[in-house]
Amino acid sequence: MKVILDKYQLQLTIQRLTHQLMEDHGDFSDTILIGIQPRGIFLADRIVDYIRKTYPSKDIHYGKMDITFYRDDIRKELHVANQTDIPFSLEARKVVLIDDVLYTGRTIRAALDALLAFGRPEKVELCVLINRRFRRQLPIQPDYCGKSIDSIVSEKVKVEWENEQVVLY
Amino acid sequence: MQLSIKHLLGIKDLIPQDIRLILSTAKQFKEVLQRPIKKVPTLRDTTIINLFYENSTRTRISFELAEKRLSADTINFSASASSVSKGETLLDTVNNVLSMKVDMVVIRHAASGAPHFLAKHIPAAIINAGDGINEHPTQALLDAYSIEERIGSLEGKKIVLVGDIMHSRVALSNIYLLKKMGAEVMVAGPPTLMPKYIEEALQVKVEYNLQKALQWCDVANILRIQLERQSQVLFSSLREYNLSYGVSRKLLDSINKEIVIMHPGPINRGVEIDSDVADSHQSIILQQVENGVAVRMAVLYLLSGKTS
Repeated sequence: MKVILDKYQLQLTIQRLTHQLMEDHGDFSDTILIGIQPRGIFLADRIVDYIRKTYPSKDIHYGKMDITFYRDDIRKELHVANQTDIPFSLEARKVVLIDDVLYTGRTIRAALDALLAFGRPEKVELCVLINRRFRRQLPIQPDYCGKSIDSIVSEKVKVEWENEQVVLY
Repeated sequence: MQLSIKHLLGIKDLIPQDIRLILSTAKQFKEVLQRPIKKVPTLRDTTIINLFYENSTRTRISFELAEKRLSADTINFSASASSVSKGETLLDTVNNVLSMKVDMVVIRHAASGAPHFLAKHIPAAIINAGDGINEHPTQALLDAYSIEERIGSLEGKKIVLVGDIMHSRVALSNIYLLKKMGAEVMVAGPPTLMPKYIEEALQVKVEYNLQKALQWCDVANILRIQLERQSQVLFSSLREYNLSYGVSRKLLDSINKEIVIMHPGPINRGVEIDSDVADSHQSIILQQVENGVAVRMAVLYLLSGKTS
Protein backbone atom coordinates (compact mmCIF):
# COMPACT_ATOMS: atom_id res chain seq x y z
CA MET A 1 0.00 0.00 0.00
CA LYS A 2 1.29 3.40 -0.97
CA VAL A 3 0.11 6.73 0.35
CA ILE A 4 -0.49 9.12 -2.54
CA LEU A 5 -1.70 12.05 -0.46
CA ASP A 6 -1.20 12.26 3.29
CA LYS A 7 -3.31 14.34 5.64
CA TYR A 8 -1.43 17.57 5.09
CA GLN A 9 -1.22 17.16 1.30
CA LEU A 10 -4.90 16.25 1.11
CA GLN A 11 -5.82 19.44 2.95
CA LEU A 12 -3.59 21.54 0.69
CA THR A 13 -4.98 19.92 -2.42
CA ILE A 14 -8.59 20.56 -1.41
CA GLN A 15 -7.72 24.19 -0.63
CA ARG A 16 -6.09 24.57 -4.05
CA LEU A 17 -9.09 23.07 -5.82
CA THR A 18 -11.36 25.44 -3.93
CA HIS A 19 -9.22 28.45 -4.86
CA GLN A 20 -9.26 27.42 -8.51
CA LEU A 21 -13.06 27.19 -8.37
CA MET A 22 -13.19 30.64 -6.75
CA GLU A 23 -11.00 32.11 -9.47
CA ASP A 24 -13.32 30.85 -12.19
CA HIS A 25 -16.67 31.27 -10.49
CA GLY A 26 -16.31 34.50 -8.53
CA ASP A 27 -18.84 34.62 -5.73
CA PHE A 28 -20.72 31.54 -7.02
CA SER A 29 -23.94 33.50 -7.55
CA ASP A 30 -24.44 31.80 -10.90
CA THR A 31 -22.91 28.45 -10.06
CA ILE A 32 -24.31 25.27 -8.59
CA LEU A 33 -21.97 22.76 -6.98
CA ILE A 34 -23.10 19.14 -7.13
CA GLY A 35 -21.47 16.31 -5.23
CA ILE A 36 -21.88 12.82 -6.67
CA GLN A 37 -23.18 10.18 -4.27
CA PRO A 38 -21.88 8.45 -2.35
CA ARG A 39 -18.16 9.25 -2.12
CA GLY A 40 -18.03 12.53 -3.99
CA ILE A 41 -20.02 14.08 -1.16
CA PHE A 42 -17.06 13.95 1.23
CA LEU A 43 -14.97 16.10 -1.10
CA ALA A 44 -17.89 18.37 -2.02
CA ASP A 45 -18.73 18.95 1.66
CA ARG A 46 -15.18 20.11 2.36
CA ILE A 47 -15.03 22.37 -0.69
CA VAL A 48 -18.40 23.93 0.12
CA ASP A 49 -17.40 24.45 3.77
CA TYR A 50 -14.30 26.27 2.66
CA ILE A 51 -16.20 28.46 0.19
CA ARG A 52 -18.85 29.29 2.80
CA LYS A 53 -16.15 30.35 5.25
CA THR A 54 -14.67 32.61 2.59
CA TYR A 55 -18.02 34.11 1.56
CA PRO A 56 -20.06 33.93 4.78
CA SER A 57 -22.79 36.25 3.53
CA LYS A 58 -23.32 34.43 0.22
CA ASP A 59 -25.88 31.73 -0.42
CA ILE A 60 -23.86 28.90 -2.00
CA HIS A 61 -26.03 26.50 -4.03
CA TYR A 62 -24.95 22.98 -3.20
CA GLY A 63 -26.77 19.82 -4.29
CA LYS A 64 -26.22 16.09 -4.05
CA MET A 65 -26.83 13.69 -6.88
CA ASP A 66 -27.19 9.94 -7.00
CA ILE A 67 -26.59 8.32 -10.38
CA THR A 68 -27.75 4.77 -9.60
CA PHE A 69 -30.80 4.92 -11.86
CA TYR A 70 -28.68 6.18 -14.77
CA ARG A 71 -25.97 3.52 -14.69
CA ASP A 72 -25.21 1.55 -17.84
CA ASP A 73 -24.38 -1.63 -15.93
CA ILE A 74 -27.53 -2.35 -13.95
CA ARG A 75 -27.78 -5.77 -15.59
CA LYS A 76 -24.43 -6.72 -14.05
CA GLU A 77 -25.06 -5.63 -10.52
CA LEU A 78 -27.79 -3.75 -8.67
CA HIS A 79 -26.62 -0.81 -6.62
CA VAL A 80 -28.32 0.68 -3.60
CA ALA A 81 -29.64 4.14 -4.36
CA ASN A 82 -28.63 7.14 -2.26
CA GLN A 83 -30.33 10.44 -1.76
CA THR A 84 -30.54 13.03 -4.52
CA ASP A 85 -31.13 16.55 -3.27
CA ILE A 86 -31.16 19.28 -5.88
CA PRO A 87 -33.85 21.73 -4.75
CA PHE A 88 -33.16 24.29 -7.49
CA SER A 89 -33.35 24.48 -11.26
CA LEU A 90 -30.12 24.12 -13.21
CA GLU A 91 -31.57 25.99 -16.17
CA ALA A 92 -28.95 28.36 -17.61
CA ARG A 93 -26.67 28.04 -14.54
CA LYS A 94 -23.08 26.85 -14.37
CA VAL A 95 -22.75 23.43 -12.79
CA VAL A 96 -19.64 21.92 -11.23
CA LEU A 97 -19.79 18.16 -10.69
CA ILE A 98 -17.61 17.01 -7.81
CA ASP A 99 -16.37 13.44 -7.33
CA ASP A 100 -13.46 11.81 -5.54
CA VAL A 101 -11.87 9.57 -8.19
CA LEU A 102 -12.20 9.80 -11.98
CA TYR A 103 -11.38 6.47 -13.60
CA THR A 104 -13.43 4.91 -16.44
CA GLY A 105 -15.58 8.03 -16.82
CA ARG A 106 -18.82 6.05 -16.69
CA THR A 107 -20.05 7.61 -13.46
CA ILE A 108 -19.65 11.07 -14.97
CA ARG A 109 -21.40 9.92 -18.15
CA ALA A 110 -24.35 8.84 -15.99
CA ALA A 111 -24.20 12.09 -14.02
CA LEU A 112 -24.39 14.17 -17.21
CA ASP A 113 -27.46 12.17 -18.19
CA ALA A 114 -29.02 12.65 -14.74
CA LEU A 115 -28.36 16.42 -14.78
CA LEU A 116 -30.73 16.89 -17.70
CA ALA A 117 -33.69 15.95 -15.49
CA PHE A 118 -33.11 19.19 -13.59
CA GLY A 119 -32.89 21.60 -16.51
CA ARG A 120 -30.38 22.62 -19.17
CA PRO A 121 -27.24 24.04 -17.57
CA GLU A 122 -25.30 26.73 -19.42
CA LYS A 123 -22.06 24.89 -18.74
CA VAL A 124 -20.96 21.78 -16.86
CA GLU A 125 -17.50 21.34 -15.36
CA LEU A 126 -15.88 18.47 -13.53
CA CYS A 127 -13.82 18.68 -10.35
CA VAL A 128 -12.08 15.56 -9.03
CA LEU A 129 -9.57 14.86 -6.30
CA ILE A 130 -7.79 12.01 -8.09
CA ASN A 131 -7.57 11.50 -11.83
CA ARG A 132 -6.51 7.98 -12.85
CA ARG A 133 -5.24 8.81 -16.30
CA PHE A 134 -5.12 5.41 -17.94
CA ARG A 135 -8.06 3.21 -18.84
CA ARG A 136 -10.55 5.95 -19.46
CA GLN A 137 -13.42 4.36 -21.37
CA LEU A 138 -15.18 7.55 -22.44
CA PRO A 139 -13.97 10.95 -23.69
CA ILE A 140 -14.28 12.69 -20.32
CA GLN A 141 -11.59 14.84 -18.65
CA PRO A 142 -11.58 16.89 -15.45
CA ASP A 143 -11.52 20.70 -15.43
CA TYR A 144 -10.16 20.82 -11.87
CA CYS A 145 -7.91 18.01 -10.74
CA GLY A 146 -6.30 17.45 -7.34
CA LYS A 147 -3.70 14.94 -8.45
CA SER A 148 -3.22 12.86 -11.57
CA ILE A 149 -1.82 9.38 -11.11
CA ASP A 150 -0.73 6.60 -13.44
CA SER A 151 -1.85 3.23 -12.17
CA ILE A 152 -2.52 -0.20 -13.63
CA VAL A 153 -5.91 -1.93 -13.73
CA SER A 154 -5.17 -4.35 -10.88
CA GLU A 155 -4.39 -1.46 -8.55
CA LYS A 156 -7.05 0.35 -6.58
CA VAL A 157 -7.19 3.94 -5.44
CA LYS A 158 -9.10 4.79 -2.33
CA VAL A 159 -9.71 8.09 -0.64
CA GLU A 160 -9.89 7.26 3.05
CA TRP A 161 -11.80 10.22 4.44
CA GLU A 162 -11.82 8.76 7.93
CA ASN A 163 -7.96 8.64 7.96
CA GLU A 164 -7.69 11.72 5.74
CA GLN A 165 -5.38 10.15 3.18
CA VAL A 166 -5.41 8.76 -0.36
CA VAL A 167 -3.89 5.31 -0.87
CA LEU A 168 -2.95 3.12 -3.82
CA TYR A 169 -2.98 -0.63 -3.23
CA MET B 1 -27.57 -5.34 -1.31
CA GLN B 2 -30.13 -7.45 -3.11
CA LEU B 3 -33.55 -8.83 -2.45
CA SER B 4 -33.64 -12.40 -1.12
CA ILE B 5 -36.46 -13.24 -3.56
CA LYS B 6 -36.82 -13.57 -7.33
CA HIS B 7 -40.53 -12.82 -7.50
CA LEU B 8 -42.75 -10.66 -5.34
CA LEU B 9 -45.52 -13.16 -4.67
CA GLY B 10 -46.39 -12.08 -1.17
CA ILE B 11 -45.06 -10.30 1.91
CA LYS B 12 -45.02 -13.72 3.57
CA ASP B 13 -41.82 -14.63 1.66
CA LEU B 14 -39.92 -11.42 2.47
CA ILE B 15 -37.37 -10.93 5.22
CA PRO B 16 -37.30 -7.58 7.10
CA GLN B 17 -34.14 -6.51 5.20
CA ASP B 18 -36.02 -6.92 1.91
CA ILE B 19 -38.80 -4.66 3.15
CA ARG B 20 -36.27 -2.08 4.40
CA LEU B 21 -34.46 -2.14 1.05
CA ILE B 22 -37.70 -1.68 -0.92
CA LEU B 23 -38.83 1.20 1.31
CA SER B 24 -35.47 2.99 1.20
CA THR B 25 -35.27 2.60 -2.59
CA ALA B 26 -38.85 3.90 -2.87
CA LYS B 27 -37.76 7.03 -1.03
CA GLN B 28 -35.19 7.75 -3.74
CA PHE B 29 -37.79 7.13 -6.47
CA LYS B 30 -40.18 9.49 -4.73
CA GLU B 31 -37.54 12.20 -5.17
CA VAL B 32 -37.34 11.30 -8.88
CA LEU B 33 -41.09 11.88 -9.11
CA GLN B 34 -40.69 15.44 -7.78
CA ARG B 35 -38.25 16.44 -10.54
CA PRO B 36 -39.17 18.52 -13.57
CA ILE B 37 -38.47 15.41 -15.68
CA LYS B 38 -39.98 12.52 -13.75
CA LYS B 39 -38.36 9.75 -15.70
CA VAL B 40 -35.16 7.71 -15.40
CA PRO B 41 -33.68 5.43 -18.06
CA THR B 42 -33.10 2.51 -15.68
CA LEU B 43 -35.29 -0.20 -17.26
CA ARG B 44 -35.08 0.90 -20.88
CA ASP B 45 -34.06 -2.63 -21.88
CA THR B 46 -36.95 -4.29 -20.03
CA THR B 47 -40.40 -5.23 -21.27
CA ILE B 48 -43.17 -5.68 -18.74
CA ILE B 49 -46.67 -7.05 -19.20
CA ASN B 50 -49.51 -6.08 -16.92
CA LEU B 51 -51.88 -9.04 -16.85
CA PHE B 52 -55.12 -7.97 -15.24
CA TYR B 53 -57.63 -10.78 -14.91
CA GLU B 54 -59.60 -8.69 -12.48
CA ASN B 55 -60.75 -5.07 -12.57
CA SER B 56 -58.47 -2.40 -11.20
CA THR B 57 -58.05 1.35 -11.45
CA ARG B 58 -55.38 2.46 -9.01
CA THR B 59 -53.12 -0.57 -9.08
CA ARG B 60 -53.08 -0.86 -12.87
CA ILE B 61 -52.49 2.83 -13.48
CA SER B 62 -49.92 2.93 -10.71
CA PHE B 63 -47.96 -0.02 -12.10
CA GLU B 64 -48.15 1.33 -15.62
CA LEU B 65 -46.95 4.74 -14.53
CA ALA B 66 -44.14 3.19 -12.47
CA GLU B 67 -43.02 1.18 -15.50
CA LYS B 68 -43.13 4.21 -17.78
CA ARG B 69 -41.23 6.39 -15.29
CA LEU B 70 -38.53 3.69 -15.37
CA SER B 71 -38.51 3.76 -19.21
CA ALA B 72 -39.64 0.14 -19.50
CA ASP B 73 -41.76 -0.97 -22.45
CA THR B 74 -45.20 -1.97 -21.26
CA ILE B 75 -48.03 -4.06 -22.58
CA ASN B 76 -51.44 -4.03 -20.98
CA PHE B 77 -53.66 -7.04 -21.00
CA SER B 78 -57.14 -7.23 -19.64
CA ALA B 79 -58.85 -10.59 -19.58
CA SER B 80 -62.18 -9.35 -20.87
CA ALA B 81 -60.69 -8.14 -24.17
CA SER B 82 -58.48 -11.17 -24.85
CA SER B 83 -58.46 -14.79 -25.96
CA VAL B 84 -59.22 -15.80 -22.39
CA SER B 85 -62.84 -15.48 -23.39
CA LYS B 86 -62.14 -18.06 -26.11
CA GLY B 87 -60.97 -20.54 -23.48
CA GLU B 88 -57.17 -20.08 -23.37
CA THR B 89 -55.60 -21.16 -20.06
CA LEU B 90 -53.54 -18.82 -17.87
CA LEU B 91 -50.31 -20.71 -18.53
CA ASP B 92 -50.88 -20.75 -22.30
CA THR B 93 -51.62 -17.04 -22.34
CA VAL B 94 -48.49 -16.21 -20.37
CA ASN B 95 -46.25 -18.54 -22.39
CA ASN B 96 -47.49 -16.95 -25.58
CA VAL B 97 -46.73 -13.53 -24.21
CA LEU B 98 -43.27 -14.60 -23.03
CA SER B 99 -42.39 -16.02 -26.44
CA MET B 100 -42.58 -12.40 -27.58
CA LYS B 101 -39.66 -11.64 -25.20
CA VAL B 102 -41.24 -10.17 -22.12
CA ASP B 103 -39.04 -9.90 -19.01
CA MET B 104 -41.44 -9.28 -16.16
CA VAL B 105 -45.07 -10.09 -15.46
CA VAL B 106 -47.34 -8.08 -13.20
CA ILE B 107 -50.42 -10.16 -12.51
CA ARG B 108 -53.76 -9.64 -10.80
CA HIS B 109 -56.06 -12.63 -10.66
CA ALA B 110 -59.25 -13.58 -8.85
CA ALA B 111 -57.78 -16.98 -7.95
CA SER B 112 -55.57 -17.03 -4.86
CA GLY B 113 -52.18 -18.50 -5.77
CA ALA B 114 -52.28 -17.69 -9.50
CA PRO B 115 -48.93 -15.77 -9.35
CA HIS B 116 -47.34 -18.62 -7.37
CA PHE B 117 -48.46 -21.08 -10.04
CA LEU B 118 -46.93 -18.93 -12.78
CA ALA B 119 -43.66 -18.52 -10.86
CA LYS B 120 -43.24 -22.30 -10.86
CA HIS B 121 -43.70 -22.60 -14.61
CA ILE B 122 -42.16 -19.60 -16.30
CA PRO B 123 -38.72 -17.93 -16.17
CA ALA B 124 -39.84 -14.27 -15.99
CA ALA B 125 -39.98 -12.30 -12.72
CA ILE B 126 -43.52 -12.26 -11.37
CA ILE B 127 -45.06 -9.45 -9.33
CA ASN B 128 -48.32 -10.13 -7.58
CA ALA B 129 -50.73 -7.22 -8.00
CA GLY B 130 -53.41 -8.96 -5.94
CA ASP B 131 -54.48 -12.60 -6.01
CA GLY B 132 -57.97 -13.47 -4.81
CA ILE B 133 -58.22 -13.23 -1.05
CA ASN B 134 -54.55 -14.04 -0.49
CA GLU B 135 -52.09 -11.14 -0.80
CA HIS B 136 -51.59 -7.71 -2.32
CA PRO B 137 -47.93 -7.11 -1.46
CA THR B 138 -47.31 -3.77 -3.18
CA GLN B 139 -50.33 -2.29 -1.37
CA ALA B 140 -48.89 -3.35 2.00
CA LEU B 141 -45.51 -1.87 1.04
CA LEU B 142 -46.99 1.46 0.03
CA ASP B 143 -49.11 1.49 3.20
CA ALA B 144 -45.96 0.93 5.25
CA TYR B 145 -44.13 3.66 3.34
CA SER B 146 -47.00 6.09 3.87
CA ILE B 147 -47.19 5.35 7.61
CA GLU B 148 -43.44 5.85 8.05
CA GLU B 149 -43.56 9.04 6.03
CA ARG B 150 -46.28 10.43 8.31
CA ILE B 151 -45.33 9.20 11.80
CA GLY B 152 -41.87 7.60 11.55
CA SER B 153 -40.60 4.06 12.01
CA LEU B 154 -43.16 1.25 12.18
CA GLU B 155 -41.38 -0.28 15.15
CA GLY B 156 -43.75 -0.30 18.13
CA LYS B 157 -46.54 1.56 16.32
CA LYS B 158 -50.11 0.39 16.83
CA ILE B 159 -52.07 -0.23 13.67
CA VAL B 160 -55.64 -1.39 13.37
CA LEU B 161 -57.16 -2.87 10.21
CA VAL B 162 -60.89 -2.21 10.16
CA GLY B 163 -63.67 -3.96 8.26
CA ASP B 164 -63.83 -6.90 5.88
CA ILE B 165 -60.78 -8.80 7.13
CA MET B 166 -62.02 -12.13 5.76
CA HIS B 167 -62.07 -11.13 2.09
CA SER B 168 -59.21 -8.65 2.14
CA ARG B 169 -55.85 -9.46 0.57
CA VAL B 170 -54.74 -6.01 1.70
CA ALA B 171 -55.36 -7.08 5.30
CA LEU B 172 -53.28 -10.25 5.05
CA SER B 173 -50.33 -8.54 3.35
CA ASN B 174 -50.49 -5.69 5.85
CA ILE B 175 -50.53 -8.06 8.81
CA TYR B 176 -47.47 -9.95 7.55
CA LEU B 177 -45.57 -6.78 6.81
CA LEU B 178 -46.41 -4.87 9.98
CA LYS B 179 -45.55 -7.87 12.18
CA LYS B 180 -42.21 -8.32 10.39
CA MET B 181 -41.36 -4.65 10.94
CA GLY B 182 -42.16 -4.78 14.65
CA ALA B 183 -45.52 -3.01 14.73
CA GLU B 184 -48.47 -4.09 16.88
CA VAL B 185 -51.46 -5.15 14.81
CA MET B 186 -55.14 -5.33 15.65
CA VAL B 187 -58.02 -6.33 13.41
CA ALA B 188 -61.47 -4.90 14.04
CA GLY B 189 -64.79 -5.63 12.37
CA PRO B 190 -67.99 -7.60 12.68
CA PRO B 191 -67.57 -11.24 13.75
CA THR B 192 -69.05 -12.46 10.45
CA LEU B 193 -66.21 -10.78 8.52
CA MET B 194 -63.48 -12.04 10.85
CA PRO B 195 -61.66 -15.25 9.86
CA LYS B 196 -61.77 -17.97 12.54
CA TYR B 197 -58.54 -18.54 14.50
CA ILE B 198 -56.93 -15.36 13.08
CA GLU B 199 -55.74 -14.40 16.57
CA GLU B 200 -53.78 -17.64 17.00
CA ALA B 201 -52.69 -18.03 13.38
CA LEU B 202 -51.30 -14.54 12.81
CA GLN B 203 -50.75 -13.29 16.38
CA VAL B 204 -52.94 -10.22 16.02
CA LYS B 205 -55.34 -8.67 18.49
CA VAL B 206 -59.03 -8.96 17.63
CA GLU B 207 -61.57 -6.32 18.63
CA TYR B 208 -65.25 -6.15 17.79
CA ASN B 209 -65.83 -2.67 19.20
CA LEU B 210 -64.66 -0.07 16.71
CA GLN B 211 -64.39 2.76 19.23
CA LYS B 212 -62.10 0.71 21.49
CA ALA B 213 -59.97 -0.24 18.49
CA LEU B 214 -59.58 3.38 17.41
CA GLN B 215 -58.77 4.43 20.96
CA TRP B 216 -55.95 1.86 21.03
CA CYS B 217 -54.29 2.63 17.70
CA ASP B 218 -51.95 5.19 16.13
CA VAL B 219 -53.11 4.39 12.60
CA ALA B 220 -56.42 3.00 11.32
CA ASN B 221 -56.41 1.37 7.91
CA ILE B 222 -60.04 1.16 6.82
CA LEU B 223 -60.77 -1.64 4.36
CA ARG B 224 -63.44 -1.79 1.71
CA ILE B 225 -66.45 -4.04 2.08
CA GLN B 226 -65.86 -6.52 -0.74
CA LEU B 227 -69.40 -7.25 -1.81
CA GLU B 228 -68.17 -8.97 -4.98
CA ARG B 229 -66.47 -11.69 -2.95
CA GLN B 230 -69.33 -12.28 -0.51
CA SER B 231 -71.53 -15.17 -1.57
CA GLN B 232 -73.77 -15.07 1.48
CA VAL B 233 -75.28 -12.31 3.55
CA LEU B 234 -72.74 -11.43 6.23
CA PHE B 235 -74.38 -8.29 7.60
CA SER B 236 -77.94 -7.09 7.28
CA SER B 237 -77.46 -3.89 5.30
CA LEU B 238 -74.82 -1.38 4.28
CA ARG B 239 -76.60 1.18 6.43
CA GLU B 240 -76.36 -1.04 9.47
CA TYR B 241 -72.69 -1.72 8.73
CA ASN B 242 -72.09 2.00 8.57
CA LEU B 243 -73.77 2.56 11.92
CA SER B 244 -71.66 -0.05 13.73
CA TYR B 245 -68.39 -0.12 11.81
CA GLY B 246 -68.30 3.01 9.67
CA VAL B 247 -65.62 5.52 10.70
CA SER B 248 -67.38 8.83 11.24
CA ARG B 249 -66.26 12.25 12.42
CA LYS B 250 -68.35 11.81 15.56
CA LEU B 251 -66.55 8.58 16.38
CA LEU B 252 -63.13 10.16 15.82
CA ASP B 253 -64.12 13.10 18.03
CA SER B 254 -65.05 10.67 20.80
CA ILE B 255 -61.49 9.39 21.17
CA ASN B 256 -58.99 11.63 22.88
CA LYS B 257 -56.18 11.61 20.32
CA GLU B 258 -55.60 12.21 16.65
CA ILE B 259 -55.02 9.04 14.66
CA VAL B 260 -53.92 8.62 11.04
CA ILE B 261 -56.65 7.40 8.67
CA MET B 262 -55.83 5.20 5.66
CA HIS B 263 -57.85 3.43 3.00
CA PRO B 264 -56.52 1.33 0.11
CA GLY B 265 -59.40 2.38 -2.18
CA PRO B 266 -61.78 2.24 -3.85
CA ILE B 267 -63.75 3.99 -1.11
CA ASN B 268 -67.39 3.21 -0.47
CA ARG B 269 -68.24 6.63 0.93
CA GLY B 270 -70.85 6.44 3.65
CA VAL B 271 -70.26 2.72 4.19
CA GLU B 272 -66.91 1.93 5.82
CA ILE B 273 -65.80 5.57 5.99
CA ASP B 274 -67.67 8.88 5.89
CA SER B 275 -66.71 11.58 3.42
CA ASP B 276 -65.70 14.17 6.01
CA VAL B 277 -63.23 11.65 7.49
CA ALA B 278 -61.84 10.49 4.15
CA ASP B 279 -61.20 14.09 3.08
CA SER B 280 -59.88 15.37 6.42
CA HIS B 281 -56.29 16.35 7.25
CA GLN B 282 -55.96 13.14 9.31
CA SER B 283 -56.41 11.08 6.17
CA ILE B 284 -53.38 10.07 4.06
CA ILE B 285 -55.45 8.29 1.41
CA LEU B 286 -54.17 10.36 -1.50
CA GLN B 287 -50.58 10.18 -0.23
CA GLN B 288 -50.96 6.39 -0.31
CA VAL B 289 -51.85 6.61 -4.00
CA GLU B 290 -48.95 8.97 -4.69
CA ASN B 291 -46.48 6.76 -2.84
CA GLY B 292 -47.77 3.71 -4.71
CA VAL B 293 -45.91 4.73 -7.87
CA ALA B 294 -42.58 5.17 -6.05
CA VAL B 295 -42.94 1.89 -4.17
CA ARG B 296 -43.77 0.00 -7.37
CA MET B 297 -40.80 1.58 -9.13
CA ALA B 298 -38.62 0.29 -6.30
CA VAL B 299 -40.05 -3.24 -6.58
CA LEU B 300 -39.63 -3.31 -10.37
CA TYR B 301 -36.10 -1.94 -10.16
CA LEU B 302 -34.97 -4.35 -7.46
CA LEU B 303 -36.49 -7.38 -9.20
CA SER B 304 -35.28 -6.40 -12.67
CA GLY B 305 -31.76 -7.59 -11.94
CA LYS B 306 -33.17 -11.04 -11.27
CA THR B 307 -34.22 -11.69 -14.84
CA SER B 308 -31.59 -13.00 -17.20
